Amino acid sequence: MSNVPVNNGRRRFLTAATVVVGGVGVAGVAVPFIGSWNPSARAKAAGAPVEVNVGKIEPGQLIRAEWRGKPVYIVRRTDELVKSLAKHDDQLRDPNSEKAQQPPYATNAYRSIKPEFLVALGVCTHLGCAPTHHNGDFDQFVEGVSDGFFCPCHGSKFDMAGRVFQGVPAPLNLVVPEHSFISEDTLLIGVGQGEA
Amino acid sequence: MLANFMAWMDKRLPLTDAWNKHLAQYPAPKNFNFWYFFGSLAMLVLVNQILTGVWLTMNYEPSGDGAFASVEYIMRDVDYGWLLRYMHSTGASAFFVVVYLHMMRGLMYGSYQKPRELLWIFGMLIFLVLMAEAFMGYLLPWGNMSYWGAQVIISLFGAIPVIGDDLTLWIRGDYVISGATLNRFFALHVIAMPLVLVILVFLHILALHEVGSNNPEGTNIKKPKGSVKPEELSKFTFHKQYSEKYDIVDAVPFHPYYSVKDIMGVAGFLILFCWVMFFAPEGGGYFMEAPNFEPANGLKTPEHIAPVWYFGPFYTILRVIPDKLLGAIGMFSAIIVLFLVPWFDRGVVKSVKYRSKLHLFNLIQFSICFVVLGALGTLPATPTANLIGTIASFGYFGFFVALWFYSKNEKCKPVPERVSH
Repeated sequence: MSNVPVNNGRRRFLTAATVVVGGVGVAGVAVPFIGSWNPSARAKAAGAPVEVNVGKIEPGQLIRAEWRGKPVYIVRRTDELVKSLAKHDDQLRDPNSEKAQQPPYATNAYRSIKPEFLVALGVCTHLGCAPTHHNGDFDQFVEGVSDGFFCPCHGSKFDMAGRVFQGVPAPLNLVVPEHSFISEDTLLIGVGQGEA
Repeated sequence: MLANFMAWMDKRLPLTDAWNKHLAQYPAPKNFNFWYFFGSLAMLVLVNQILTGVWLTMNYEPSGDGAFASVEYIMRDVDYGWLLRYMHSTGASAFFVVVYLHMMRGLMYGSYQKPRELLWIFGMLIFLVLMAEAFMGYLLPWGNMSYWGAQVIISLFGAIPVIGDDLTLWIRGDYVISGATLNRFFALHVIAMPLVLVILVFLHILALHEVGSNNPEGTNIKKPKGSVKPEELSKFTFHKQYSEKYDIVDAVPFHPYYSVKDIMGVAGFLILFCWVMFFAPEGGGYFMEAPNFEPANGLKTPEHIAPVWYFGPFYTILRVIPDKLLGAIGMFSAIIVLFLVPWFDRGVVKSVKYRSKLHLFNLIQFSICFVVLGALGTLPATPTANLIGTIASFGYFGFFVALWFYSKNEKCKPVPERVSH
């Protein structure tokens, strides 16, 4: 072999060219394999809005609706509860809802369209567990606050406007989904105010 | 007849040669102790998992609608289905028991030190793939703990800035954990991960046989060629790949000496394994958790959510850090530092027997912290638990930091040249 004439420059060029062309081929072949992990057309289509009758919820009570496979918490807050929301602002990460976790029409002190009804995804912003609603016995977690949500997974705490308390793993307030009222008692989850 | 057949085979495939090189003429140190059972036991459990796993797929139905019911079907209606499933589920926990003890052995006797760094890395890769394999397998029964466990772990990737949310969507294949997630986890659990695992185990053993086994004394049984007096050489015949390059002392052939010893280990292990499998297959709620006996429910998280025991230590580290991204980083770092042990340890003495008191103390505190972290991972997140967890997390990472500092100029006892017994 040693006395076979070798053109090293040409050999290197051919090797590099083969590697580049082969690499492009591998990248091309990877596309369908990676792409097939995206949500399928069927999964994307399953996101239709959900209607909920909120007329029969007792004051203080929470009901769950399912929207896009996720739990939506709907709570009828008493006047007392709405008033108490302002009392613990200094213990919250984002008391004024500055982070975009809610549509503009719910960016207010009580994070909802009507102060009476809280509509929020029951999905903890830490790692996605469903927080538990504590009605009247939340002061075991935060002193002086009677109602709130406690996440059983890693101990994150939220108040009755879905705002996260400080010193817990969850970084953000609970998400308020797009929602609107199509009549006095009928809530539509998935379509925002003025969109329908 | 048989001799002729073997001769025919050997001309076409190096069968006898491979048998001798890796078993009948492989030089293993003569002083292996109890801690050396766990490599062969891990192989035994791997075989158990593959065999029972193949049989379980014959009746399991990987779909959001059918998974939970098909597991109940296996448990109630399939002949011996309950046994195959308990062998598989108990095997999963046994795998981690054995692997954790195997890793502990490596730490105690410095089996990761030069020239066995790559061997250790292969071992750590096996551990990593094993964790992925166990995690994906835990989703398949489609119980409520399966569902929420997967929810938490997949959401961890959401902590990565910028791409996090798209990445979790891509992993799930849906906006929530659904049948799509279950199906891809099934595919990875029964085909992709086991293939990778078997290849890694093969490489782990190949790398082991290249550098040779360490031993409890941390001595080298392969001396430079010509440096040992003939009467001191090991009396056994070893494969020429080893004996032509080195003078081998204090060694016995792996087969029959350690194959027989390992059979003893297998017998002891199977007694414990069968006891758990027949009398406590749910492991008191630690191997199979109570909420997993109800079907997955995307609207309701179990009151107390906890990982299976073998993920406890890493889960606690995640939980005690009150920040989403830092928590995830802390948890993954806990595994990455293990990969880097060969470089954290700057010492040359391998076995804890001849190392400083400080090293012994460090190893003990590390083991205690690991067990404490594991126990806390299965308990609710109370302030006291978080405080203890924080201290134990410091102990865990402190092991590696301290090791890096003291190992440079550590006061060690002289290591004997030979195994003395």
